[in-house]
Amino acid sequence: MGSFVPHTDADIAAMLEFLGLSGLDELYAAVPEAIRCAGLALPEALSEADLVARLEALGARNTGAGAVCFAGGGAYDHEVPAVVRALAGRSEFVTSYTPYQPEVAQGVLQALFEYQTMVARLAGLEIANASLYDGAAALVEATNLAASTTGSPLVYCSQGVNPRWVEVLRTFAHGSGHEVEVVPLAAGVTDWDGLAPGRAGAVVVAYPNYLGILEDLAAARAAADGLGAHLIVCQDPVAAGLLRSPGEAGADVVVGEGQALGNPLGFGGPYLGLFSCRAEHVRRLPGRLVGETVDVEGRRAYVTTLRAREQDIRREKAFSNVCTNETLMAVTAAVQLGWLGTAGLREVALRCARGTRYCREALCAIPGAEPVFDAPVLREFALRAPLDGEVIVDRLLAEGYLGGIPVRAGFGGTAAEGALLVAVTERRTAAEIDGFAAAFARVIR
Amino acid sequence: MTGDGMTRAPGGRAASAPLLGRAGEPTIFELSAPGRRAWSLRTTGLPEWSAAELVPAGHLRAEPVALPEVAERDLVGHFTRLSHRQYSVDLGAYPLGSCTMKYNPKVCDEAASIPAFRGVHPATPARGAQGWLQVLVELEEALCAITGMAAATLQPAAGAAGELTGLLLMRAHHERNGEVRRRVVIPESAHGTNPASVSLGGYAVATVGTDPRGLVDRKALGAVLGPDVAGIMLTNPNTLGLFEEEIVEIAEMVHDAGGLLYYDGANLNPMLGVVRPGDMGFDIVHLNLHKTFATPHGGGGPGAGPVAVGPGLVELLPGPRPARTDDGFGFVEPAASIGRIHSFHGNALVLLRAWCYIALNGGEGLRRVAETSVLNANWLHERLRGAYDFPFDRPVMHECVVSAASLKRETGVRALDVAKRLLEHGFHAPTVYFPLVVEEALMIEPTETESPETVAALADALVAIAAEARAHAAAGEDQPARDAPRTTPVRRLDEARAARQLVATFDQRPDREG
Repeated sequence: MGSFVPHTDADIAAMLEFLGLSGLDELYAAVPEAIRCAGLALPEALSEADLVARLEALGARNTGAGAVCFAGGGAYDHEVPAVVRALAGRSEFVTSYTPYQPEVAQGVLQALFEYQTMVARLAGLEIANASLYDGAAALVEATNLAASTTGSPLVYCSQGVNPRWVEVLRTFAHGSGHEVEVVPLAAGVTDWDGLAPGRAGAVVVAYPNYLGILEDLAAARAAADGLGAHLIVCQDPVAAGLLRSPGEAGADVVVGEGQALGNPLGFGGPYLGLFSCRAEHVRRLPGRLVGETVDVEGRRAYVTTLRAREQDIRREKAFSNVCTNETLMAVTAAVQLGWLGTAGLREVALRCARGTRYCREALCAIPGAEPVFDAPVLREFALRAPLDGEVIVDRLLAEGYLGGIPVRAGFGGTAAEGALLVAVTERRTAAEIDGFAAAFARVIR
Repeated sequence: MTGDGMTRAPGGRAASAPLLGRAGEPTIFELSAPGRRAWSLRTTGLPEWSAAELVPAGHLRAEPVALPEVAERDLVGHFTRLSHRQYSVDLGAYPLGSCTMKYNPKVCDEAASIPAFRGVHPATPARGAQGWLQVLVELEEALCAITGMAAATLQPAAGAAGELTGLLLMRAHHERNGEVRRRVVIPESAHGTNPASVSLGGYAVATVGTDPRGLVDRKALGAVLGPDVAGIMLTNPNTLGLFEEEIVEIAEMVHDAGGLLYYDGANLNPMLGVVRPGDMGFDIVHLNLHKTFATPHGGGGPGAGPVAVGPGLVELLPGPRPARTDDGFGFVEPAASIGRIHSFHGNALVLLRAWCYIALNGGEGLRRVAETSVLNANWLHERLRGAYDFPFDRPVMHECVVSAASLKRETGVRALDVAKRLLEHGFHAPTVYFPLVVEEALMIEPTETESPETVAALADALVAIAAEARAHAAAGEDQPARDAPRTTPVRRLDEARAARQLVATFDQRPDREG
């Protein structure tokens, strides 16, 4: 019904005539009759108006969309202003392809150059790429870089790294042959003391970690040094507004989930994999990299560079197979960081921390509720209550709150199992938090 | 008039796009003034604890992260001007071969901006996201109907992620059968991501050549197949735009040798409703929703690369999978899952757009998409006869590959020059120098959304460029194509300098270092 094919029947007839054909079927003479399709079993086509009505009906069944959000775990409900939506929605950015013809792609290329600069500054490192799929993909690529540079496939990954990312790491390790060893937490922070002596390719730590706790990056760096390994830090780009940069603490590679930088929650995607590294690793950098140069008239211009690293040129010897990335999300992040500026990013992080303290105190004042660990947190914390986290989330949803994320996978048999991971962003008001605490008290009673 | 019957003006030529001067755009860092701001945040009523009260001293950053400080007006000006330095499908035809840069329907973008979809946290319990889960399940079902497969994962965020997922499924399948197979066959004309994905999947690459028809050399394939081969990765039509007409025989050969067939869906567009990969004999199929199903490519992403499989591989799929349940929709974990491959459920807002596109087209509409994409490509191909070489002179599918080898020999004008000159005619360039098996290749995919008038104008431009080159060569004059483009925001770049003196951030500029 909604057809995006401009051809009229007369057009088709004229074109077929030019080709000396009598019907569209003849275009497919090379396709054996025996395997041709008799028609697709799909619902009848909808008009645009009918489609919109269907979307409205389906959207109404997403009751969680209206809930006040206290969930995080890598996806955060941050302020996204109209200006970011408007600029990121410009059709020149939305409907262009990979910048293969730089003369007509300076818009995307320069925006990516600006994005790379901002991401490198957040990480405290020299180089950032033009984005990867999401935080998990960025972590996988970081371990690939570390393993190929150090020659060791052994990855020591803190239990405090997002358990979904660790799962992804394990999935891809089936192909790469990496060994992933999880290093447990003790009192909320990674216990590096138990590592066997020897060599490893990578030590991975999250800052803050999945339970919201501030890890000791110096201890992680020392552990990596003892193993001849690269230190990979999973950084929260919003928390970076207040926290020391991982680069300053000696990280070789910094990865992160960039959704929080202007991209909607969107049921999990498209998000944005942040990836930064030391300049010495640039020739093993995964994905695209934009560099500055000049044109034949000496004007400043931008182009994807060090292309010899990439899959289409290096083929089976490439370090990564990434081609399509998340350019539009990276452009969005650059606009969001431009909107926030130096003071705005710090203010967002500060307000997250204030809301988190206020919420943690309010919830922990409820009889039966207590923090899983006493260690310092920034924008997220794990809470234990007499009920399982999943039950609490379910009941809170009925009260109009997305109460957090139940802690389970990756934390089985630990103090955090069954806890609830609660995140507070700068969008949450004292009144919302008070209401949340009251609902929480009701549902665990 | 060219005798092809097209007289109306084309809707897809961007040559009339206005340019207000040719000055460069400063970076946002150069627009920054200390203390200027655009941001404002919600009033929260929370206690105003200081950073020092909230963050232990050892963790607190000494200086804030240096970011641009601009007014909202300047932010808008900057990124709007950047957008004016960018070609896009909305502006004109984008005939990049193998990229399927078709028009992206606006209602699909609007769907993705509906708060009830856009604002849902991915950890929302299933009962709070029934609409989302229904969309994902229906999309999976539609993709299975289109490909002739049993089930699909929607997690892969792009085509290359889908490829690697497919290879891990292939590995898990053989391991489950207690077999160790070390090699995956790919044709020499394969997409660049294929060999890289094979390596990351833990396999060695075995290459098979192209026969004189431009198809997989079956004799060479027979010589490669054996107990060590895990499977083969193919596109069909292949990267020369040709349908692998012996696909049924190829499938039989691979299956007889115990291998699986992997379908790279980059070229699915001309097959919609005509022939399904499952009916060709494929076991694993990835789809590029940002190509075939019209989701916008965003300057290089986001994409979505769902992977569909035959009945024997369903239990190996990544989990958790959205599924129908007794009381609506929920998640299930496949019994022998290879594991998660995305932080959450995949690029959901891209998946939603593809669901919309399929709903708008229906089965018959998709078949119309396929047929007209093939019609446009064949018509364009025929119009280029005489101007360029036809390395494989056969009817094509959705794209055609022609060669500028003779043109280069006669005039010195290369495929790259043709591409750059085409920009001056108001069209994006085709893919050049790919596939590698064709010298001076120009790979051209008009797509079905370009009108006959636009395709005619594109053909006229390509023919005119070749004619101009030959005329200038005959007259012994300089070749305009060698200096093209001149009308674009910047001209040809010093790409060697970009690599040799790497400046990948504003802080790496020579005048800012040291």
